[in-house]
Amino acid sequence: MSDESNAAESGPSHRAIEIAVALLALAFGIIVLIGSLQVGIDWGSEGPRPGFFPFYISLFIIVGSIYNLAQATFLGGIKQELFSSWEQLRRVMAVVAPTTVYVALIPFVGIYVSSLLLIGVFMIWLGRYSLLKTAPIAVGVPTVVYIVFERYFQIALPKGPIEYWLGL
Amino acid sequence: MTTPTIRNAFGAWTALWFAAVLGLVPAQAQWQPNRPVEFIIPAGTGGGADLMARTIQGIVTKHSLMKTPMVVINKAGGAGGEGFLDMKSSRNNPHKIVITLSNLFTTPLATGIPFNWKDLTPVAMLALDEFVLWVNAETPYKSAKDYIEAIKKAPPGQFKMGGTGSRQEDQIITVAIEKSTGVKFTYIPFRGGGEVAVQLVGNHVDSTVNNPNEAVAQWRGGKVRPLCVFDGKPLPYNEVIVDKLSWNSIPTCKSQGLNMEYLMLRGIFMAPGATPDQVNFYVDLFKKVRETPEWQKLMQDGAFNQSFMTGAEYVKWVTTEEQRHRDLMAEAGFLAK
Amino acid sequence: MEEIGNLIQGFATVLEPFNIGVMIIGIVLGVIIGVLPGLGGANGVAILLPLTFSMSPTSAIIMLSCIYWGALFGGAITSVLFNIPGEPWSVATTFDGHPMAQQGKAGEALTAAFTSSFVGALFAVIVITLVAPLVARFALKFGAAEKFGVYFLAFCSFVGLSKEPAFKTVVAMMIGFALAAVGLDHMTGQLRLTFGFTELLPGFDFLIAVIGLFGIGEILLTMEEGLRFKGQSANINLRVVLQTWMELPRYWATSIRSCIIGCWMGITPAGATPASFMSYGIAKRMSPRGKNFGKGEIEGVVAPETAAHAAGTSALLPMLSLGVPGSPTAAVLLGGLLIWGLQPGPLLFVEQKEFVWGLIASMYLGNIVGLIIVLTCVPILAAMLRIPFPVIAPIILVLCAIGAYTVHNNPFDVIMMLVFGVLGYVLKKCDYPLAPLVLALVLGDKAEEAFRQALLGSQGSLTVFWSNGLVGSIMLLGLIALFWPTIQNGLARLRPRRAV
Repeated sequence: MSDESNAAESGPSHRAIEIAVALLALAFGIIVLIGSLQVGIDWGSEGPRPGFFPFYISLFIIVGSIYNLAQATFLGGIKQELFSSWEQLRRVMAVVAPTTVYVALIPFVGIYVSSLLLIGVFMIWLGRYSLLKTAPIAVGVPTVVYIVFERYFQIALPKGPIEYWLGL
Repeated sequence: MTTPTIRNAFGAWTALWFAAVLGLVPAQAQWQPNRPVEFIIPAGTGGGADLMARTIQGIVTKHSLMKTPMVVINKAGGAGGEGFLDMKSSRNNPHKIVITLSNLFTTPLATGIPFNWKDLTPVAMLALDEFVLWVNAETPYKSAKDYIEAIKKAPPGQFKMGGTGSRQEDQIITVAIEKSTGVKFTYIPFRGGGEVAVQLVGNHVDSTVNNPNEAVAQWRGGKVRPLCVFDGKPLPYNEVIVDKLSWNSIPTCKSQGLNMEYLMLRGIFMAPGATPDQVNFYVDLFKKVRETPEWQKLMQDGAFNQSFMTGAEYVKWVTTEEQRHRDLMAEAGFLAK
Repeated sequence: MEEIGNLIQGFATVLEPFNIGVMIIGIVLGVIIGVLPGLGGANGVAILLPLTFSMSPTSAIIMLSCIYWGALFGGAITSVLFNIPGEPWSVATTFDGHPMAQQGKAGEALTAAFTSSFVGALFAVIVITLVAPLVARFALKFGAAEKFGVYFLAFCSFVGLSKEPAFKTVVAMMIGFALAAVGLDHMTGQLRLTFGFTELLPGFDFLIAVIGLFGIGEILLTMEEGLRFKGQSANINLRVVLQTWMELPRYWATSIRSCIIGCWMGITPAGATPASFMSYGIAKRMSPRGKNFGKGEIEGVVAPETAAHAAGTSALLPMLSLGVPGSPTAAVLLGGLLIWGLQPGPLLFVEQKEFVWGLIASMYLGNIVGLIIVLTCVPILAAMLRIPFPVIAPIILVLCAIGAYTVHNNPFDVIMMLVFGVLGYVLKKCDYPLAPLVLALVLGDKAEEAFRQALLGSQGSLTVFWSNGLVGSIMLLGLIALFWPTIQNGLARLRPRRAV
C-alpha cells in the first residue's frame, strides 16, 4: 500500500486495478475456452476445426492471467502506488460519462443531434465557454459532417426523427 | 444485451415517422422514393456482387433514373449474414434494397442465423452468374473427361480444388462433382475469386470453378483453360476471346459426364412489408437499368445468363433453388447443427 | 529501353489540364478520407467509383489512384497529432509520431512521415516501371504456406520488442488473437465465439479496436493529466520542413530497408499494415538508436511510413499484371477496371499501353503533387494542437464515433469503440502493451487461414512450411528475427572484449 496517503492523493491502488484487470482477462479467457469447445477443438476432415486455435489461445490467456493475478496478489513486483487519484479519475469520468450518453443516444436521435449535444455539453461544462461561443461550433461541426458525408461521399449516417422531419 | 432493444426502439421511431409522413402526404398512384435509397451488398468491396451493385449505382446516376440518390453500403460480416439481418430488421422501409448472391441460401443454412429469404420482399432477378471448371493451361487435360480420368487414377484427395469461401457455391459444386463422378478433391477455401484464379495460375491448386469474369483475364493471357460450363446449354457469347475460342465454344459439363448444373442468383429484394406499389417502382427501375448499354457491356464481359424474372415466377424460382441448396448441403453435411 | 519511351508517352497523357485537375481533386479528397478515422482508402475509392463513369478510363484511374495516394498520406496526420490512426497502416506511426508531437515536434514528425511516404512510393513506382513482369512472376510463387511464412515473419520481427512484463505481453497478444477469431470461420463457414449474438457476426474489426484503444484511450489519458494537450509549443512555420529534411538523409539505411520490405509485402500480397509493423520492428532491432524507439525517435516514424507507402503503391502491380488485388483498395480499383471495360491481367500491359503507362506516370506525378500539398499543410496541422482541449476533444470523439460507424455501418461498433477506449486507458496504465494486441487482431485470422490452407494442401503435413527454398528461407528469417536479441548477445560474447 502507498506510504504517503494524504487526503488529496487518495484513490484506488494500482494493485486493486491490476487484480481487476487480471480477473477480467481470466474471465475472457474462460469465455473463449467455452466458445472453442462448443465448435470443436480437434482435427476434422477439413483440417483443424474452428475451435482448434481459439482453444490454445484461451489456454495462454488463462495461464498468463493467473500468473499476473498471482503477481498482483502475493508475488509482488507491482508498483506500490496509486492507480490515479480520485481527482484524476473524476476528470476521466467527465469524458467517459458524456460519451457513454452520446453513444447511447445515437440510435434514438441520430448522430447529428447527439454530436451537437456532446460538443455543447463539453464546451460549456468542461471548457466554461459561453453559449455564444459554443453554439457556432456545436451546430457547425454536425453541419459540415452532414455535407461531407451525406452529400459528398453519399454515406448514410444514423439519423433520428428530426432529420426525418426535415426530410433529409 | 441492450442493442436489440435499442434497435427495436429505433425501428419503432422509424415506423412512427413513416406513419406521420404517409399521413401528411396523400397516397399517390405511383410510389416514388423521397429519400436516398440504400443499396445493401451482403459481400465485401471488390467482389462480383459489389461490382454489379456499383455499376447499377453508376447507371442510375448517369441516366438519372431516380430522383433521389442511391447509396451503396457493404455489410459483409458473417458471410453476408450481417446484411441480411439488417434488411430483416428494416421492416416497412421502402428505401432499402439488397442484392443477393447464393449466400442468400447458403449463409443461413451453414451458420444457423435466424434468417430466411421469405423474410424479405422479392423484387426481381437481374441475371444469373455462370460457373466454369478451369485448370492451369500447362496441364495436359484438354477436356473435363481427361481431367476426371486423371483424378480417378491418383489417390483420393490428391487433387486440390480452390474456391471462394467455405460451404458456399464453389464448395457445393465441388461436392456435386464428387458425387456425380466418384472422385475425391481436397477443397481449399480462399477469400475472393481473384485470389483463387491466381492460386490456379501459380499451380498451388489443380482446378477451380471460378465465375467467367474472375478468370477471363488469365484465360486471355493463356494461363488457364476452361473445361466445361455448369449450365444446361453452352453460353451464347460468340465473341472470340483467345485462339478462336469464345465462351460459346466451352462444352457443358453435362455433355462431359459431370451431371451438375449450377447458376448463381444476382437478384434484388426489398425489406419486409413492402407494398406492391413500391415493388413495382423498383421492377420498373431495373427494367430501365437493363436497357442501358453499360449494363449490356457488364453482361457480355462477365458472360452472364441474362434471365430476368419478377413476381410469382421469381418467387417460384427462388423457392426451388432454396430447396435444392438445402438438399445439396444436407447431402454434403454442410448444414448447421 | 521501351519502358522509358512508354513512360514519356504516359506523362504526356497525364499532363493534360483535365487530368491534372482530376489529380489534384483526387489527392485532396484522399487526404480528407485518410484523416477521417474509419473511412479508409478502400471505402473512399468505392464511394467515388460511380462518379468516374463519365470519364475516360485513364482519367478515372488517375482520380481514384490519387484518392488512394492522398489517403496514404492523410493516415499519418491524426496518428501524429492525436494518436488516432486514420488508416490501419498508420498504427505503427503513432508509436513514435505521437510522442514527438507531445514533445512539441509535431511539425518534424509530420514532415518526416510525409517525406518517407513519398520516398517509399517513389521506390515502389520505379520498381513497377522497370521490373513489372519479373516481379509479377515472383508474386505467383506465393501459395498459402508462403503467405503464412510472411505473417510469421511479421509477428516475429515485432514481438519481443516491448519493455512490458512478458506475461502481460502474452496475454495482450492472445486477447488480440481471440478477438480476431470471433465471427465466421472462413475455413469451415461456421460461426464461432459468437454465442448466438448476431451483433458479433462481423467479428471485431481492427479499425474499431484501434480507434478506441489508441484514440479514445489517449483522450482519457490526456484528461487525467489535465485539460490540455501536450506539445502546444509546436513549430508552426514552413522552416521546420527544411530543417527536418536536413536530418532525414541520416536514416538512409532504414529507408532502403523499409522500401524493400514494403515492396515485398505489397507484391506478395500481404498489404501495407503488416509491412509497417514489420518495418518498425526490424528498424528497432537494427538501428543504433533502437533503444529510443517509442519515446519519439524520428527514425520510428520513417520506418513504418516508408514501408506502408511502398507496400500501398506496389500493391497495384499484382492487380494490373495478375488481376489479384494486393490490398482492399486495389480490390476496388480492380472492380473499377472491369467497369471501365479493361481486363486486368497478363495482357493489360500489352493491350492497354496508354492506360497502364498513364497510370504509372500519374503515380510519379500524383505523389509529387501530394507531397507538396501535404507539406504546405504542415504548419496548419501542427497549429491544430493549439485549439483548446474542451473544443477539440468532443470534435475528435464525434469523428471517432462516425469513423467507427462507417467501418461496417453498424451502430454496435460505436459502443464497442467506447468499450475499447476505456479498456485502452486501463490496460495502458497497467503496463499491458497495446501494439501486440492490435497486430494480433489485424493479422490473426489471416495467419490462421493461411496456416490451415497450407495444411489442407499438404494433407496435414507440417513439412509444407519447409517444402521449398522460398518458404523455408522466410520461416528461417522469422526465427532469426524472433531470436535476434539472443543472437546479438551471443555474437557480442564471441567478439574479443575491448576496453571502452
